[in-house]
Amino acid sequence: MSLDLATTRRIAKLARIGLEEHALEATRQKLNGILGWIDQLAEVDVTGVPPMVGTETETLRQREDKVTDGNCRDALMACAPETSGPFYTVPKVVE
Amino acid sequence: MSYTIEGRTGTWEIVVGLEVHAQIISHSKLFSGASTTFGGAPNTQVSLVDAAFPGMLPVINHECVAQAVRTGVGLNAQINLFSRFDRKNYFYADLPQGYQISQFEHPIVGKGVVSIELQNGDVREIGITRLHIEQDAGKLLHDQDPTKSFVDLNRSGVALMEIVSEPDIREPEEAGAYLRKLRQILRYLGTCDGNMEEGSMRADVNVSVRKAGEPFRTRCEIKNVNSIRFVMQAIEVEAARQVEIWENGGEVDQETRLFDPGRGETRTMRSKEDAHDYRYFPDPDLLPLVLEQAWVDELAANLPELPDAKRARFQAEYGIAFYDAGVLVAEQAVAEYYEAVARGRDGKLAATWVMGDLFAALNRTSNSIETSPVSAAALGKMLDLIADKTINGKIAKEVFEDMVETGESPDAIVEKKGLRQVTDTGAIDAAITAVLEKHPDKLAEYRSGKDKLFGFFVGQVMKETKGKANPAMVNEALKAKLDA
Repeated sequence: MSLDLATTRRIAKLARIGLEEHALEATRQKLNGILGWIDQLAEVDVTGVPPMVGTETETLRQREDKVTDGNCRDALMACAPETSGPFYTVPKVVE
Repeated sequence: MSYTIEGRTGTWEIVVGLEVHAQIISHSKLFSGASTTFGGAPNTQVSLVDAAFPGMLPVINHECVAQAVRTGVGLNAQINLFSRFDRKNYFYADLPQGYQISQFEHPIVGKGVVSIELQNGDVREIGITRLHIEQDAGKLLHDQDPTKSFVDLNRSGVALMEIVSEPDIREPEEAGAYLRKLRQILRYLGTCDGNMEEGSMRADVNVSVRKAGEPFRTRCEIKNVNSIRFVMQAIEVEAARQVEIWENGGEVDQETRLFDPGRGETRTMRSKEDAHDYRYFPDPDLLPLVLEQAWVDELAANLPELPDAKRARFQAEYGIAFYDAGVLVAEQAVAEYYEAVARGRDGKLAATWVMGDLFAALNRTSNSIETSPVSAAALGKMLDLIADKTINGKIAKEVFEDMVETGESPDAIVEKKGLRQVTDTGAIDAAITAVLEKHPDKLAEYRSGKDKLFGFFVGQVMKETKGKANPAMVNEALKAKLDA
């Protein structure tokens, strides 16, 4: 698998990473290097082996339906780059 | 008669599928211990997990899983004992994680079916494709500042069920009936309050058009429609828009659109341009969700009686009509009220009173069934008074109005106002004699063959007894006297 420049630009956009035009080619090559390395996995014959997403054999741990958290607005807001009163604020996004 | 659009090039039919987002009723969120209560002060019901602080790990709420299973059973659907969570990646200000935890490849509930009833009485089945569990996003407020959007994360991480229908819907009315039925089932189950105004149930509407016999054409998705009426309107205007495009030789683009009820039109939603590239992958923070069949069976066994079953039972047990049974089971509280009145009594009479005088009184006094000024027990008691002939049907109306006004028991009202039905033959005879003496002319007319006047005499005798006479006894005694 090999990425072209357009795909590299699109991935950057989806990830919200600002990539200068001159850095595109270098990024493309780096990503292709990673992909090439991962492609080595394709050498293994997995015919008939069901896809696996992890090595855990445990199943999901579950929690009781109780309110145990929240009411920590000041702590949350302390880390926010921008706030107004009780809200976070972001540049206006309107449909 | 199905819904079609007459175009210049022929007749078009519409194809609609709905994705309903239903907020799961639970105390705490899907993956955190923060509260789900509606209307809390901004950003107070937010944990570090919901705000996506680094290193925070999600732990699933057991009750949310149970609610999804209950809903699946209520939708006659297959429950998948193995399901898994995936990350749906997109960038938006209301989504602190940068991805929504959802279920993509392995949803918790598979295929099911819902039967709906149309205005003309037709019953149709709408297929359910799947139901999966996912997180809700936060809320954006755009009207607080000229250049900023405000973010409230109270809703962030609240559990949703996304219920996807098959593209089985062919009319706006069917979409409305499907949503109402779904909401009714969810409310009966207690898994979602179905409140569209508060946003706890919202619909994405997939619409395409085609000519009869064609395969599906390209569809558009109208996002976040928040009332049943708007869903029906959105389908109409979107279908008309698509017909217009096809007939002008154009091509409908598969895209996400918004419905603007003010303008009565749909328009492209710009922010979703990249939306189809969600780059789903299994969430490495969450192990597969594995359920035991015994637990599923236990949940299924403890479900409340659902609307369709209750309706059939009401018909069979209380001898009421299909339509009436439908009205009485529409809301669980009404069904409970009705049943408390009808049990051990005349079911048809109970239905007449509940759907007639009671509904009218609730309407007039702006009450709901929960705040009814007349309790089911009191109305039942009143029906008993009719049954044992203490009062007649006409006096019962008067007693009922008094009950609405004063909240007193029917016995107390009957005693206080002396409304007890007159069944004493002597008193009835006396009233008849008095009436006949007052109207010798009418009596002569009657006896000379004008038997229509019988009704007049009944009315006069009832008036003479202040409406309290037993009508059957009056009829009998009057007949004897007149024809003597």
